Formats: sequence, C-alpha cells, structure tokens
Amino acid sequence: MSKDTGGSGSGAARPEWPLYEVFVRGKRGLNHVHVGSLHAPDDTMALHNARNLYTRRNEGVSIWVVRAEHIAASSPDEKDPFFAPSGDKVYRHPTFYPIPEDVPHI
Amino acid sequence: MTTQTAQAPPGADLDLQAEFDAKVAADQRVEPRDWMPEGYRKTLVRQVSQHAHSEIIGMQPEGDWIASAPSLRRKAILLAKVQDEAGHGLYLYAAAETLGVDRADLTQRLIEGRQKYSSIFNYPSLTFADVGVIGWLVDGAAICNQVPLCRSSFGPYARAMVRICKEESFHQRQGYELLMRMMEGTEDQRRMVQDSVDRWWWPSLMMFGPPDAESPNTQQSMAWRIKRDTNDDLRQKFVDMTVPQAEKLGVTLPDPELAWNGERGHYDFGEPDWTEFKQVISGAGPKNAERVERRRAAHEKGAWVREAATAYADKHSAKEAAA
Amino acid sequence: MSGDHIYSALSEEHGGDTRWAFGTGFTDALAGVDTTLPEGVDGQDLALYCQMLGDDALVQAQRLIHWVTDAPELEEEVALANIALDLLGQARLLLARAGQADGTGRDEDDFAYRRGPAEFRNVRLTEMPRGDFARAVVTLLVLSSARLAVFTRLADSRDPVLAAIAAKAVNELAYHREYALSWTLRLGDGTPYSHERTAVAVADVWPLTGELFATHPVEARVADQGVGVDPAATREEVHAVLTQVLTTARLDAPAPFPEAAVAGREGRHTAELAPLLDELQKVAREHPEATW
Repeated sequence: MSKDTGGSGSGAARPEWPLYEVFVRGKRGLNHVHVGSLHAPDDTMALHNARNLYTRRNEGVSIWVVRAEHIAASSPDEKDPFFAPSGDKVYRHPTFYPIPEDVPHI
Repeated sequence: MTTQTAQAPPGADLDLQAEFDAKVAADQRVEPRDWMPEGYRKTLVRQVSQHAHSEIIGMQPEGDWIASAPSLRRKAILLAKVQDEAGHGLYLYAAAETLGVDRADLTQRLIEGRQKYSSIFNYPSLTFADVGVIGWLVDGAAICNQVPLCRSSFGPYARAMVRICKEESFHQRQGYELLMRMMEGTEDQRRMVQDSVDRWWWPSLMMFGPPDAESPNTQQSMAWRIKRDTNDDLRQKFVDMTVPQAEKLGVTLPDPELAWNGERGHYDFGEPDWTEFKQVISGAGPKNAERVERRRAAHEKGAWVREAATAYADKHSAKEAAA
Repeated sequence: MSGDHIYSALSEEHGGDTRWAFGTGFTDALAGVDTTLPEGVDGQDLALYCQMLGDDALVQAQRLIHWVTDAPELEEEVALANIALDLLGQARLLLARAGQADGTGRDEDDFAYRRGPAEFRNVRLTEMPRGDFARAVVTLLVLSSARLAVFTRLADSRDPVLAAIAAKAVNELAYHREYALSWTLRLGDGTPYSHERTAVAVADVWPLTGELFATHPVEARVADQGVGVDPAATREEVHAVLTQVLTTARLDAPAPFPEAAVAGREGRHTAELAPLLDELQKVAREHPEATW
C-alpha cells in the first residue's frame, strides 16, 4: 500500500482505512449494543465518525469502537457447520421459559 | 471480523443447502458467517451495493438546493435529510461488506460506472418544488420498496433497513409538508408544484423496476426472501397510497388512465415508458454522467487526505508499539 | 405484505425506542427562557451584536454546505454536515433574538434573506472561498477556537436568551474544534504533501485572523453592559490554543495575530460575500410573496 504518493490525486493508489465495529450505549442502564461498522484511519477518527454517523440524532451516549480484525468470534448461534449445534442446550434459550402473555416488558 | 462464509468440505454442500433452505423458509435470518449459496451471496452483494450507491448518488438532486433553500428552516431540514442519505449509504456499504466485499472496491465500481444505482436520480431537479416532490414521491416509493426489506432474510441488510426506514419516514413527511405549504402559497408556487409532479410521477413508478413478466430474477429472490413482494405489487401499493394524497394536496397526477377500479379494489393506471426506463438505467439519462463524475472528482481530489490520515495512523501506531 | 399502511410493518415489529441507539427528539434551547430585555441593555446594540454572531455562523455554514457531496470520504461529509447544522441552528436563534431585541419583530428569514452584503456583520474569514480540505480544516480550527472562547464567556451573559444560546453552542463548538484539531494533526503530520498543503492553508488564513479580535464599538458596549464579550479579551487564549495545535501537528509556531481594523463587523466585506449571498437568497428573492 502506497503511503505517500505525493498527492498525485490518482485514484489508483487507494490506501484503505480499516474497518471498525461500533457499539453504542443508547441510554444509561443499557449495555453497549453493536450498531454497525465504519471505516476510519485510526481509533480517534473512528470515534468521531461513529459519533457523527450512529448518534447524529442525539447526544450523551457512550460509544465503543474496535478494529474489526481484533474481534474474536465464535458463532454457535449462527450454527456454524464446524461446531456442534447448540440447539440441544435449550435451557440457554430464553424461549425455554414460558412467560404468561400479560407480563409486561419481558 | 471474518466476513468469509464458512468453507464446507466436499459433499457437505447438500446438508448445508438443506439447512440454509430450512432457515430461510422458517423466516429466520441468515448471518454473515453462515454458509450460503454463492448465488444468494452474489445477488445480495449486487442488491445491497446498488442500494448504497443509490443513497449516495441520491444526495445530489436535492443537495443542489441546500445552498439556495428559501428559508433557514427548509435549509436545515434539507441538509439533515441529505446527511441522512450519506448515513444510509454508509449503513448499507457496511452491510455489503459483511458479504466479503470491500467498500473501496464498491466505490471504485460506482465511479467507473460499472455498477448501477436507482435510475430516478438521473433526472434533474429544476425548481425548489422538486425538493418536496422528491420527498413525497421518490422517498414514498423508496419506503414502499424498503419497508418489506426490513424482513430480508439477510440479517445485516434487514437491520440496516430497519434503521433506514425509521429515519426515512421523516423524509417523506417533510416533502409532503413543503408541498402543502407551497399549495397554500402563490399561484406561481402551485404551478411549480404541478410542474414538478408532472416530471417526477412516471420516473417514480419506474423505481419499482420492470413489470414482473420482464423481471426474471424475481422468483429466485423471493424464494430467498431477499425480495418480499413483486415489482408490480409494490407499484400498485404505491399508486393506491399516493392517489388520495395527491387529491388532498390538490395536484393532478399526469396519467389519463388513472381511475379507481371497484372490482379490483385498486387504482388502474397507465404503463410507464419502459423504453425510456431502459435508456436511463443503461446510462443515457439526462444526468448520468454528471452524477457519477461528481462522485469520482470528490473521491480523487480527496485521495491525498485519505493517504495523510493513513500515514499519520501508521507513524503513531509505530510510536506506540516502540514505547 | 402485511398491513394496510406501508408504515405498519415498522410500528408493529420495530416499535419501542429502546432498540434505537439514538432518539429522535430535539430539545428547544430556549424553552422556558424569559425573552424580555434585561434592564439597562440597549436593544439596538444587542440586536447588532446578535447579527454579528449570527452572521458569522450563517456564512460559515453556507460555505460548509458545499462539502456535502464533495468531501474526501463520506464520513467527512456526514461530519461537516453536522457542523454546518449546528452553526445554522446557532444562526437561527441569534437572528431571531436580533429581531426581538431591536423591536422590529423581524424573523430569522428577514435577516438571512432580505439584507444586502453591506448589512451583513460577519468577519471576513467566514466568507472566504472554501479552498481545499486543508484550508477548510484550518479555517474551522481558527473559527471554532475563537468562537468557543467567546461563547464560553457568553454563557454568563445578563441576557438570558444569549446565555441559553451560548450554553448550548459551547458543546457544539467544543466538538467542532476537536474535529478540526484531529484533522489538523493528521494533515500536518501525515505525508510531506499534506504537510505542505496545511502549511499553505495556515499562511493563507493567518492574515484574516486579526479581525476576529478587533473590537467593534457595539461589542465594547455590550461587553460593558454585561451581555456581550469583547473579543480582544480572548486573543491570547485563542493564540495559545492554536500554537499548541499547530506545533503538535509539526507545523511552524504561528506568528502573532495581525493587528487589524474592524471590517466585516461594520459591513465592509470582500468581493466574495455578494455571490455567496446571491446563492443563499436566490429562490427567496425570486418569489417574494411565497410561503415555504
């Protein structure tokens, strides 16, 4: 990747900004939730971009950004074929616990 | 994060295909790390990236009026709206990237004219009334198209659509509200609105794509649940929704065949000019070249800025590592 | 497709705000604020002062708008649009206050659309053509630093309206400065080419900075009355901020701000302002009887 083309303006050199995943705390008392991703040259600019992109209708939220390549992921819920399905461990799933319909906010 | 789909050992394809089919049939979401048929992935890359490009190119017809908006309130609304479109484009590029393509590549395809976007944005916006009509008709049609896609079988796309639809309901309302104000204004303003409706009505109908009989991929896309309704169904829905709004507004939709059909319970309407549609979508629209050129110029003119930021990041991460 | 109305799918499946990372509500900065003029405050002076601060924001926003669809990256278009929206919001509140203070009852649009260049009170730096991205960043750095210094003091204004406007604006301006600062570092300390462009931008902008700290008689009077701020009082503070940012960005320490006479604040502008206002006012002027 060419870092310094002397501003030739050529579209050929495309040093791409890395991908970041963005997590936002919508209100106090809630967890950070993954809201999407974006590109930025570094952590500081990723936070700027996340603020402008994912919280542009409100203030006062907390944002985490992390380079996508730094996220280690397992995907049992996505039934990755290389893993034994976790569907047999039904107690892990909230639907295992029947809740009467008139109980609010569960 | 790994964005590739899991590689299956030979012979496992059938099981995987069956599992994928069952998941889609049960209206569950397919996530990026799941196995998916190559055709599904390719079709989605095309669908999502064209949608992203449409948001980005779609900033221009209205963006041209931000600087001249006739009140500060309209100026702020329009700026916020065009900014939303940039945001929507970014959400969608992010969704496309989970399919293993990268945004720089998609941008390159757009500015080299190798990938399409919604043909509607190749028409010029000639008066400020177009800002209102684009909001009302073009965003109205977009919403008809997009709301069902909140249930797309592909998780990242469905989630992006939920966010986008929620934001876009404001877009359509601001357009209609502007037109109501203009219709209450001077004779001149009412003429501007009618003229704008005359120009945008047919292109809006074309936003739903060719008639079902000429849309060969529809069946497959519907089976995959990445398209939830046919072009003609959505077009009908849009017409049914829009006609009463036009009456309320006091404008005439430029279609002599438009009439309520009590038997069908729907409005009958005329056939758009599909020859024009094909010309515009294949790049011969009044504004194709200009729209793409503007994006290309911005991208190339900004190359040194992107490079500078990368160089700075490299220097400073090297410093941190050494410290 | 389910439901009669196209929005029904949204409200059924996606109702409830908790799943949204952001709200859709906007707060009114002036809710509950007393708009009567405080005692001993000259309404005409206050109105002119509000126009000065309002016009700075309006003209700067008008320049920034053109970056939308023309920035180096989409993320920057979103960011610059945010900044322009903040400034536009400040301009609207300030111009509306001007119409209250001078007793004419003019609204924000009367000021924005029905004044000529000689009646605009913005400093000249805001009306300069936008130039390249380095120029935009350096201009934003200077203007946001100076405006932040003034508005921080203005939050204690005896005019409750100005104080409320300033209190809201301070957070916005602190962000604008932070954004401009981040980019100044990256361009100044990026590639040799970006360094050069940034140095040129500083050199181009610097001669126009003096005016930011020249005190107009109206500014002196409103400062005396405890409703406004004498910009000269912020001179050293702003210079220290800019020196720190520019040297961290590996650019030369800047010269002192030049001594300058009041110009834009009394309606004396460069040739750049008239075409800017032509574009801003075009549609409104073509349809003088219209409602939007």
